[in-house]
Amino acid sequence: MADGTAIPTHPEAHLVARQPLVLNRRPMAWITDHVARIVEDKSKMWWWIATLIAGSIAALVPIQLVYLVSTGVGVWGLNHPVGWAWDITNFVFWIGIGHAGTLISAILFLTRQRWRTSINRSAEAMTIFAVICAGIFPAFHVGRLWMVWFLAPAPNANVIWPNFKSPLLWDVFAVSTYFTVSLIFWYIGLIPDFATIRDRAKDPIRKFIYGLLAVGWRGSNRQWSHYEKAYLVLAGISTPLVLSVHSVVSFDFATSVIPGWHTTIFPPYFVAGAIFGGFAMVLTLLIPCRWLFGLQDLVTTKHIDNMCKIVLLTGTIVGYAYMMELFIAWYSGNPYEWHAFLRNRIADPYIIGPAAGVPPAPYWWAYWSMMFCNVIVPQFFWFKPCRQNAWLALILVMGPNIGMWFERFVIIVTSLHRDFMPGAWGHFVPTINDILLFSGTIGLFVFLFLLFVRFFPMITMFEVKAVLPEADPHHHPAPRPDAGHNAGAIQADVRSILGARDAKAKGGRA
Amino acid sequence: MSPAPQHRLYGFAAEFASAADLYHAAEKVRDKGFRRWDVHSPYPIHGMDDAMGLGRSRVSLFSLLGAATGLSLAFLMICLAGDDHGIVRAIMGNFNYPIIVAGKTPFDIEPSVPIFFELTILLTAFGTVFGLLALGRIPQLHHPMFNWDRFDRVTDDGFFIAIRADDALFDEAETRQFLESIGGTGVSRVEED
Repeated sequence: MADGTAIPTHPEAHLVARQPLVLNRRPMAWITDHVARIVEDKSKMWWWIATLIAGSIAALVPIQLVYLVSTGVGVWGLNHPVGWAWDITNFVFWIGIGHAGTLISAILFLTRQRWRTSINRSAEAMTIFAVICAGIFPAFHVGRLWMVWFLAPAPNANVIWPNFKSPLLWDVFAVSTYFTVSLIFWYIGLIPDFATIRDRAKDPIRKFIYGLLAVGWRGSNRQWSHYEKAYLVLAGISTPLVLSVHSVVSFDFATSVIPGWHTTIFPPYFVAGAIFGGFAMVLTLLIPCRWLFGLQDLVTTKHIDNMCKIVLLTGTIVGYAYMMELFIAWYSGNPYEWHAFLRNRIADPYIIGPAAGVPPAPYWWAYWSMMFCNVIVPQFFWFKPCRQNAWLALILVMGPNIGMWFERFVIIVTSLHRDFMPGAWGHFVPTINDILLFSGTIGLFVFLFLLFVRFFPMITMFEVKAVLPEADPHHHPAPRPDAGHNAGAIQADVRSILGARDAKAKGGRA
Repeated sequence: MSPAPQHRLYGFAAEFASAADLYHAAEKVRDKGFRRWDVHSPYPIHGMDDAMGLGRSRVSLFSLLGAATGLSLAFLMICLAGDDHGIVRAIMGNFNYPIIVAGKTPFDIEPSVPIFFELTILLTAFGTVFGLLALGRIPQLHHPMFNWDRFDRVTDDGFFIAIRADDALFDEAETRQFLESIGGTGVSRVEED
């Protein structure tokens, strides 16, 4: 309060004061204008270039898939004994990234974290796009794509039902439910903001399209009342849903008997890892976006800071899970489990391995990349400068982005390539098609996100307006010039009332 | 706005300066006894349901119905697929084919939990959306309020109250005066088309 009307406070009060969620006291019209303008203005040159590049990379997805379906799933490098490789690694990687979006939109909503408002829209969009990328892999890894409908519980002429006791079928239910509910949640959130674009539109075609998307929204409180209830229910069901999805994904591994997979720690460990990797991806997308669109007053340093803290927390949980998994592998006394960890992962390939007559395992570098990226790198977020400097944070979150892919690769490939029988040991090398398809999904993800920021309001305008101080119906506008005196008078009143009460209490006791 | 009376009157609408003004004005409209009126704001205002005298939203009832449907459906589906009972055979005819994997019993509760859970969640979401659409009268692409030229700002920073002409207490002159007396500015006729 630099205008001299401030209530006298302690000189160090700013140290404990909460930082406002929207900086520079931006009014509502400013928020509407700055967010809606991204959709309304002509596309910038960088957007065209980025979209063109990302779109070209995304074109690899259909090309690779046509090649895969027309040739056979053998175009990937997987074979016995590594029957799951990059396909399932990429599936788990992408689906995990989605989890941060649901966490921000649902769990932070239920816990009344008001800072979520300016980041939830883009995080939810990220969820949808990540799940789209994820869904490609399990759908196509079945090989005969025209039989994928056998996964659905539809009565068919072959009198075969899916096996409801199989975690792979649970996956079908969990992922399709997750995608559908996330899409509904996202769209419901978008309706009032589509209405904003509709009301600002001058062009009749634009007005018509956004008018259809806004389903006639008119900000009526009779609608808001139902809207808020629906949003609360959706947040309430999305919270257990998001925890269940990665738990179910982890069951794909945990319910098997493969050493390195058969672990009860998997569900919480996968969920923490998913949130960890997802927040890293939210930061990766939002730090450049807020700079490119000049939204630093809405997505503030405080938002970056908070997200970095979540990356630190979940990264530390993940680190703990790695250590505990390793400890139990040794402590359980199960020689196969310990072999999977010591030889296949930590894999000291050159010291104990050869000495014990075991050929060096080829994937030790993947395990140590994972350890470095997921356990060491996030620890930098203990230091405030690393959380406050957005560009430094952007560099650091590349750790989790890469590390979480390696985590899934390590779990899947190192466990499979050398199991019970040395005679069946093998080696996995990705083919060019593995690499191109995965690159294609990265392109697809970025391409969809670029389309999203261009055509959809990327910040939830109505929710950001609702956290402004003047949005509260009991807010009183700027203090009067004599507020200082009033405050003094009120304090004196409070003191006298409290004094009188104390005196009364003493008198009562005496 | 043309005052020409060839269009039917929908009601009177007024603009308010802030969320606080809108809130206090809404309390006054409620206390006056109006029933067919509404408040329009760019974001949901905390406590406005009470200020308007609205009850609790019943959307959650639809959610509950959806949840019950989802759980029953999942249960039915797994029973049908897993049990060779006579009733099941009667319903499913030749389509029923219980799968016995690893000699396990046809129906077990534990491995069915994920399916129960996911279908419950899915149909709860559908129920909730259906409830929102049904109770919130969505989609309604056209509405007389859109005829009012100020109304564009409802999704930006405008705060409005509209009192409908078919309210029992509505009177053209009086209602206009009343809206002005509670702090409304730019009080206008809103017409149907």
